[in-house]
Amino acid sequence: MASNLLVWIEQVDGQADPIAWQAMAAAEKVAGDLGGSLTAAVFGDGVGEIARQAIEAGADRVYTADDPSLARYRVEPCAKLLARVLEHEPSSVVLMGASTAGLELSAYVAALAGAGLAPDCTDLHVEGDRLTAVRPALVGNLVSTVTFRGTGHRFVTVRRNIFQPADPDATRTGEIITVPAALSEDEIPTRVTSVETADGTVSLTEASIIVSGGRGVGGPEGFRPVRELADALGGALGASRAAVDAGWIPYAHQVGQTGKTVQPDLYIACGISGAIQHLAGMKNARVIVAINKDADVPLYKYAHYGIAGDLFSFVPAIAEEVKKRLGR
Amino acid sequence: MNIIALVKQTPDTAQLSAAMDGLMLSADGGPRIVNPWDEYTLETALQAREEHGGKVTALCLGPPEAADALKTALAMGVDEAVLVSDPAMADSDSLASARILVAAIRKIGDFDLIVGGRAAIDGNTAATAVQVAALLGIPLVSYVAKLRNLDPSDRTVTAVRLLEKARETVTSRLPALITVVKEINEPRYPSLIGIRKAARADIPVWGCEDLGLDPSGVGAGASGVVWRTELPPVREAHIEMIDGGPEDAARTLVDRLMEEKVI
Ligand SMILES: Cc1cc2nc3c(=O)[nH]c(=O)nc-3n(C[C@H](O)[C@H](O)[C@H](O)COP(=O)(O)OP(=O)(O)OC[C@H]3O[C@@H](n4cnc5c(N)ncnc54)[C@H](O)[C@@H]3O)c2cc1C
Ligand SMILES: Nc1ncnc2c1ncn2[C@@H]1O[C@H](COP(=O)(O)O)[C@@H](O)[C@H]1O
Repeated sequence: MASNLLVWIEQVDGQADPIAWQAMAAAEKVAGDLGGSLTAAVFGDGVGEIARQAIEAGADRVYTADDPSLARYRVEPCAKLLARVLEHEPSSVVLMGASTAGLELSAYVAALAGAGLAPDCTDLHVEGDRLTAVRPALVGNLVSTVTFRGTGHRFVTVRRNIFQPADPDATRTGEIITVPAALSEDEIPTRVTSVETADGTVSLTEASIIVSGGRGVGGPEGFRPVRELADALGGALGASRAAVDAGWIPYAHQVGQTGKTVQPDLYIACGISGAIQHLAGMKNARVIVAINKDADVPLYKYAHYGIAGDLFSFVPAIAEEVKKRLGR
Repeated sequence: MNIIALVKQTPDTAQLSAAMDGLMLSADGGPRIVNPWDEYTLETALQAREEHGGKVTALCLGPPEAADALKTALAMGVDEAVLVSDPAMADSDSLASARILVAAIRKIGDFDLIVGGRAAIDGNTAATAVQVAALLGIPLVSYVAKLRNLDPSDRTVTAVRLLEKARETVTSRLPALITVVKEINEPRYPSLIGIRKAARADIPVWGCEDLGLDPSGVGAGASGVVWRTELPPVREAHIEMIDGGPEDAARTLVDRLMEEKVI
């Protein structure tokens, strides 16, 4: 039986989150084998441009809802609206990025629809005509292969930076279906009273390069060379829990089991031993570099390049070399 | 304030070692702890009670051994604990679990606030608490890093949510369900008196019958997903150690990173 796919396009202030196009790429990967059409849904205030982009990214049909109450994602209005859209799209595979919003929305709508959910997947394939999702469990120490029962909707979120979107195709055409908001502002139980964006700094979960410091940096000032290398590479600054717990750097930078899971192209760990809980958050980085004064730490089992030496002499030298070579 | 804290018991990943892999750790009888994220759940619930009075009930769905997680909760200071356990409930997915938890919450009765964790470290679905809110039809405020104002008389809660790219302040009506992240607090250690009290506590265990649930409506058979779990593929050590002084090593490393096209 063919299954249609529906991708929720996450947006903020009329700008799609890049993870949405990754979810679209995941949908494209299985759409052929599932044999159905590819539909997108985007809710916001002024999302016409994103609807157009969704068609260029591969959607045959896009549901759009434009309403001031949808400008900023909130779970209740988006969930009710998505559940309503899904009434018109029987037995669909519903895909979204495993962002904070996507994890929440997929779970909420799956509950409303009484459907199965495979969150934070790292791979998808089709066996026979059945969708199979692969997801890490027990902080990366197990891999689960998930299949769905029944013939209703199936919900999947995909981990950031795994699926690579193809280039948009400006010649594609598709249908745009406008739907009204499902809840009025008065019916929405939450109000967003302020939003503080982390200006200027690169967000950890989206960064393609991360430079992290651990207990080895020795104190808050020890993060200076680490941050300088991150800046030279245009990357984000990460940390181990040991450094966060010591109060040297805010929790928002923590990578690992109780911090963020990241999947950058390049992860440079400075003075981090590579405890299982830290590895859980970063071991799937494409290239891992470990800089540690110890010649034998657990991280070396996962790293592609290692420098056994004092981070305070090697990290600044690497930053200098990067500036020289990349002209930054 | 009546507060319900959703607490899961999970394998103790600190016990992972060369001799104890993920499958062995997860097997029946393996070492167990309170889901690390739910330590923040408990601390949040306890602080709310300390500020506003009332009582905290810790609620856990799991096998009989999960009573240990509730003993920890009691030792930390919760007033009551309820274990939901029934062989028919084994292998429930997140939604089947949420349905069971909702039945237990209804049996507990009145509540102003439900607190859950961001995720449980075993299945890492980050879904169960969200689905409890959806099924109860109460407001959900997830990823809470700070409770600004919890006002039982005004029936509102104002919280700061930690999102990937922003910190968002949200006000919601009560009763509500919040999920918390690590930044919110520093969980307390169980006190000695608490540990002694918890050891003596008789924790009620509710099964399908107590909750008025049909056994065919819970467990693997009532779940939307089926999963098979394996060890991840073994990774070969393939590290290239870069020798030399800082300048030489920096040059070699940057060469390699450019060849790998990551910079
Ligand atoms: C339930 C639970 C959840 C956890 N969650 C997380 C998590 O989310 N993220 C996380 O990171 N951890 C987490 N941990 C903690 C984890 O177990 C480790 O304690 C932590 O990752 C260690 O951090 P570290 O590598 O910085 O410190 P250490 O293990 O102390 O390593 C410091 C390293 O720095 C090196 N070093 C010292 N000085 C220098 C120098 N001048 N130059 C070069 N190298 C130097 C040392 O050789 C050493 O290898 C968790 C633990 C538990 C129990
Ligand atoms: N079996 C359970 N018993 C009680 N609470 C649970 C259970 N499973 C999940 N929760 C709650 O839901 C949160 C998210 O869990 P999960 O969806 O399993 O990642 C946890 O932090 C708990 O607060």
